[in-house]
Amino acid sequence: MRLELVKRPQRSALFSALSPFIAFALTLIAGAILFALLGIDPVSAFYTYFISPISEVWQLHELAIKAAPLILIAVGLSVCYRANIWNIGAEGQFTLGAIVGSMVPVLYPELEGPIVLPLMLLMGMIGGGLYAAIPAYLKARFNTNEILTSLMLVYVSQLFLDWLVRGPWRDPQGHGFPQTVQFNDSAILPELMPASGRANWGFVFALVAAVVVWIMMSRMLKGFEVRVLGSSPRAGRFAGFGLNRMIFFAFILSGALAGLAGISVVSGEINQLKPVISPGYGFAAIIVAFLGRLNPLGIVAAGLVLALTYLGGEAAQTALGVSDKVARVFQGMLLFFVLGCDTLIHYRIRLVGLRAKAPAPDPATAGKLGEAH
Amino acid sequence: MKKLLIAMMTTAAALSMAVTAEAADKLKACWVYVGPIGDFGYSYQHDQGRLHAEKELGDKIETAYLENVSEGPDADRAFERLAREGCKIIFGTSFGFMDPMVKVAKKFPDIKFEHATGYKTSENLGVYNARFYEGRYVMGQIAAKMSKTGVAGYIVSFPIPEVVMGIDAFMLGAQSVNPDFKLKIVWVNSWFDPGKEADAAKALFDQGADIITQHTDSTAALQVAEERGLKGFGQSSDMIKFAPNAQLTSNTDNWGPYYVERLKAVLDGTWKTDNVWLGIKDGAVELSPFTNMPDDVKAMAEATKKKIADGWNPFTGPVFKQDGSQWLKDGEVADDGTLLGLNFYVKGVDDKLPQ
Repeated sequence: MRLELVKRPQRSALFSALSPFIAFALTLIAGAILFALLGIDPVSAFYTYFISPISEVWQLHELAIKAAPLILIAVGLSVCYRANIWNIGAEGQFTLGAIVGSMVPVLYPELEGPIVLPLMLLMGMIGGGLYAAIPAYLKARFNTNEILTSLMLVYVSQLFLDWLVRGPWRDPQGHGFPQTVQFNDSAILPELMPASGRANWGFVFALVAAVVVWIMMSRMLKGFEVRVLGSSPRAGRFAGFGLNRMIFFAFILSGALAGLAGISVVSGEINQLKPVISPGYGFAAIIVAFLGRLNPLGIVAAGLVLALTYLGGEAAQTALGVSDKVARVFQGMLLFFVLGCDTLIHYRIRLVGLRAKAPAPDPATAGKLGEAH
Repeated sequence: MKKLLIAMMTTAAALSMAVTAEAADKLKACWVYVGPIGDFGYSYQHDQGRLHAEKELGDKIETAYLENVSEGPDADRAFERLAREGCKIIFGTSFGFMDPMVKVAKKFPDIKFEHATGYKTSENLGVYNARFYEGRYVMGQIAAKMSKTGVAGYIVSFPIPEVVMGIDAFMLGAQSVNPDFKLKIVWVNSWFDPGKEADAAKALFDQGADIITQHTDSTAALQVAEERGLKGFGQSSDMIKFAPNAQLTSNTDNWGPYYVERLKAVLDGTWKTDNVWLGIKDGAVELSPFTNMPDDVKAMAEATKKKIADGWNPFTGPVFKQDGSQWLKDGEVADDGTLLGLNFYVKGVDDKLPQ
């Protein structure tokens, strides 16, 4: 006996629309069992998890802060993935963007004025974009597997940051601790509504990026080019689209957005460079990209949902005393059901018995999970 | 759209006020841990301190905690959340929480903050730390007595003064017994990474060390020592369960009494910001029972422990820096300021301090 995923000839529009809700319901059921086993009232657990984080203004701000880098990075990644280019190294581009953007306030701490911030943001985008150009070049020139190169460059960037903040960029007044000087006020990304919470302009950048990329993908020739090259490189070549140009375009665009996310987080929240500047935004954004079905507007929603599960997990810790492990298991269940339901829209499960040897599946219609995107 | 948003926000605000109004008049004390409380090391030990405070103060307090909080941007939110959820005093237990705590403390002047192992203080932000180096000096002496190869391995996290201090104290202790003692060091760049810690322990043993110690939070290194039939030291908590034949002693943090004292101060209104550095004398640093060693080594360790408890500082001259120049003259004692910013090795350490 084995299970096979067979591609459906056409997907159901109804279930495509319903899928997120079905997934959510399944999560609630599985979550209720989990919480009941732990001796926690499922209703109060769900309230803490999903409602309490959006029931207070300051928490909405926190939601925006947490979602902003996820959305910003995922929007860029969606272009890559649509083009069938697998940039896994957004975390590294995030880090390099933060480093290059921070050159201004770290190396010229006395530089002040309205020019500082735009310069930092621009340099952050350049830093992230150029860093992403490395795997792009390797792929275009040597046909290197970009999944490996972009992923490995993440570690390079993190160790580079580590070296910088312990060595040449260390705050001489910092008692030898690994951190740079605090940014001056003109290098700090302003808060949107300081009276009610901490949310900063990073969230606005994320929304603007999502809308711009959505317009590009759905209304402009470039978006068409991305999709054609992604689904059929051969057809793209006949249409005169260059695959190598697309590799650079997708990598540099997503790298620049990840870099912008990096410098926004450092400038708006941390206000200095430290050995750790990201709780894994670059990797979580990969999930966000698929959760949003590679659609920039869907990604905005997906980013908010994932951010909500982080906040909900923390609320559950303080309010119910559940371990952070439980919160993560619950988050994992949600993602599992969402992606699982989406898979079942495109594929159906076929049981293949041992006795009745089924004819070999037609390679054109049989798919594997790995190709389900 | 904007109107809708505002309407949503105001309803939400009204709702949340209704919820907070019914909070009890117990003192709510909160903790933020950098690792999981199940690390059986540093964060675990802070959580033991929290539980100790709960037991001592009973229904006068209620507690909450956030574990596994990354030292990056999430730390700001963790403190903000606890401040907003009615915590009256918040303990942040990792160095990397310093600037987030400074920021949040400024925003909530009525809430008291206590930061472990940092150096920035304000009206409502105090600092507390433990003189872990005192225990490490004793451990160095034991290592030099017990080692056959004369080489110990030391697994370390980050090159901050706290850690450098521990290495230096261990080395001074070892040299007081065996002047030719060697110390090999591996940096794993993490406070808690059992996989890396175990690999580092294996590498150090392969290079000839027969005793292991660490400034990281898991039990992994000690477990490798147990497997290989070699010896090692525990860190932060008593790890004898994980290495019954390998653990010589463990440099244990005992935060409970301090937490109780500070919570009492909040309860009776005498809390003031402070900057304390507690040691063996105060019971904040404890060495778990000396095991797996002969009686003469045990006696020596006990004697040194008592000497330190009586006020002797392991950083008493003559002490030489790694480059051979003299740091402390005969009988000169290092002052706390220098120790808290320590960024060099003493003579004999076989490593280059990452700069």
